[in-house]
Amino acid sequence: MKQNLRIAIMMTLVTTVLLGLLYPLAVTGLGQLFFPAQANGGLITSGNQVLGSHLIGQPFSSPAYFHSRPSAAGNGYDAGSSGASNFGPTNHQLIDRVKADVEKLQAENPGTPIPVDLVTSSGSGLDPDISPAAAEFQIPRVARERGMSTEDVLVLVAKHTMGRQFGILGEPRVNVLELNLDLDATHPRR
Amino acid sequence: MTANGWFQIGLFIAAIFLITKPLGIFLVRVFERERTFLDPVLRPVEKILYRISGVDEQKEMSWIEYGVSMLLFSAVSMFLLYFMERLQHWLPFNPQKLANVTPDLAWNTAASFTTNTNWQAYTPETTMSYLTQMAGLAYHNFASAAVGIALAIALIRGVARHESNSIGNFWVDLTRCFLWVLLPACLVGSLVLVSQGVVQNLKPYATAQLVEPQAVQTQGPDGKTTTQIVTQQTIALGPTASQEIIKMYGTNGGGFFNANSAHPFENPTPFSNFFEMVLIFAIPSALTYTLGRMTGSRRHGWAVWAAMTALFLVGVSATYWAEAKGNPQLSGVNQVASDMHSGGNMEGKEVRFGIANSALFATTTTDASCGAVNGMHDSFTPLGGMIPLVNIMLGEVIFGGVGSGLYGMLVFVILAVFIAGLMVGRTPEYLGKKIETFDVKMAMLSVLISSLTILLFAAIAVVSKFGTSSISNPGPHGLSQILYAYTSSVGNNGSAFGGINANTLWYNTSTAFAMLLGRFFVVIPILAIAGNLARKKTAPASLGTFPVTGPLFSVLLISTILIVGALTFFPALSLGPILEHLLMLSGKSF
Repeated sequence: MKQNLRIAIMMTLVTTVLLGLLYPLAVTGLGQLFFPAQANGGLITSGNQVLGSHLIGQPFSSPAYFHSRPSAAGNGYDAGSSGASNFGPTNHQLIDRVKADVEKLQAENPGTPIPVDLVTSSGSGLDPDISPAAAEFQIPRVARERGMSTEDVLVLVAKHTMGRQFGILGEPRVNVLELNLDLDATHPRR
Repeated sequence: MTANGWFQIGLFIAAIFLITKPLGIFLVRVFERERTFLDPVLRPVEKILYRISGVDEQKEMSWIEYGVSMLLFSAVSMFLLYFMERLQHWLPFNPQKLANVTPDLAWNTAASFTTNTNWQAYTPETTMSYLTQMAGLAYHNFASAAVGIALAIALIRGVARHESNSIGNFWVDLTRCFLWVLLPACLVGSLVLVSQGVVQNLKPYATAQLVEPQAVQTQGPDGKTTTQIVTQQTIALGPTASQEIIKMYGTNGGGFFNANSAHPFENPTPFSNFFEMVLIFAIPSALTYTLGRMTGSRRHGWAVWAAMTALFLVGVSATYWAEAKGNPQLSGVNQVASDMHSGGNMEGKEVRFGIANSALFATTTTDASCGAVNGMHDSFTPLGGMIPLVNIMLGEVIFGGVGSGLYGMLVFVILAVFIAGLMVGRTPEYLGKKIETFDVKMAMLSVLISSLTILLFAAIAVVSKFGTSSISNPGPHGLSQILYAYTSSVGNNGSAFGGINANTLWYNTSTAFAMLLGRFFVVIPILAIAGNLARKKTAPASLGTFPVTGPLFSVLLISTILIVGALTFFPALSLGPILEHLLMLSGKSF
């Protein structure tokens, strides 16, 4: 018992140094060496200003931008405090929120049913993507606001649409931040 | 449901099947101390570890000494984690200057990570320093996984050996598991994750200038709403990949970020998602082959694997079906899957994963006692959320946690051969060992402790203010939230119906006890079985022996698991998710 207690203490200390310090520091070193962009958050920069991350969504509310999904992270897309609504399926807060969003969206694009991802909040609250259907739904509004033809917007959307990985895995998606940055770069707001 | 969705699920099962044998053989070689290709590098490190800690690697232990060593190691490492959390403000690797963790939360978290549960009553990115995450939490991801695997190997030895007083050496099993099984795979695998976009650095959080600043309405403490312009986005970073990999491979499940594997920095792409899911099942699945190989009955190992896979398939199909159907209460919304979107119930799910991969992940993570999530179970449809809950209630034996899944399953195997023995009127036998009163008593004890702990704590919580005040989704869903919290704690799963406010004195204390009971009080009877089986003589199989191979055995094993689970939990389930499902269909909300 006494001998095993001594072993337990020593074993904890030695393996904590090995697995708790040396290992993560080694992975940090190797990650920074081989994949520096990814290891540091896939940040999008302009000059020395950080505009965001390829992987982290941002909130948009102007009609001239494509909108991200609703977010429950902090005040919305707070990447310092990720999180979900955790509303249950029969929680009236969920049903009311969706109803309000649906009414707003139906006014801008009447007669088209709203793709579900556009009115539901994501698990992380930071979802960088919307579905191709949710992007398509917003094309008429963005085209109108920017004075572009819907075809021109469609081309940009297609450019930022990613298919399934290796043609099989996951779901097709559109990165909202990248798409909006490209819109601003090629067709600045009037 | 789409053809592509089913294809992805099929691909996952194929990957698990292909891993089982090679990894299973590797595990045998590691724990039988045969040569492996890693020996030239790892053998010297192993010897150094033994010398510093004072381990005699030739020594063999009785089940009692094995158990005492395991408890001592768990206790010592748990206290170290507790103090690390309590003192983190003054320790290095804390660029965000995060404060010391409060006593009840630190206690809960220490219990949680020591027991391989990884229940998290906190938001990591605003609570835990990089040091606590690396040397405290990620370290326990290794430690609790290695303890689980060591215990499973000890039980297998108990079955395999005869007329022996020993079941191995805990310190040797632990060390070899660290060095051979976990560390090399994590070194390589974490870089695979980084290549996909999982972050790995020690920098302070980044600040981005929002492309479009947002006006945000906030409510002050005096109840007045003020409008505030948000121009910046804080982006939390940290040494994530090194923890993410062992979080999955060791079926731990504790997220580096609050959103866990739904967070783009933990699980950025569909491939990282697939990789993470395969990692969850890798060791639990391989251990069935290890069981077959070490006990000399490979067909028995595959029969156990088949039972696990069958239960997994039922679960994933049901969850996928329920989630793809969506929520009938959302009107004006298109929830039908097409090439353009995945449709279904997308609240709490990520677009890149869609319905199929969220359902698959939820089933996998609760079959195994992992508890990582890539979508929020609380927002699943009532039936889609019930399957994860049931998976945990069945005892975390559908592959289960690393090690704990196999030893949990072997308890059901003992019960199954006992029931078969009663039906044919012969002394039950398991691989040549007579199963006697003591073994069955211990097996029942370990099953009863878990069920009793879940129901007792949940019962106290639902009839008291301190329990119900944490509910965030009223109606029957509230009962599901409480039930899920204790089921997840006792099952050492760690996932949650996350809306529940778990960071209260009652929940922190009670779930911590539930986790410790669910781990150590379940394990001690199992070690007793291991010690008792090792002592017995092996008798050759006779005509009257019920075979533990083949489909008949798999079916009997599945039936045993389902009957025990249904008898224990059906009443509670009918008042929670089943009732909610019926009310949802009739258009009721709360």
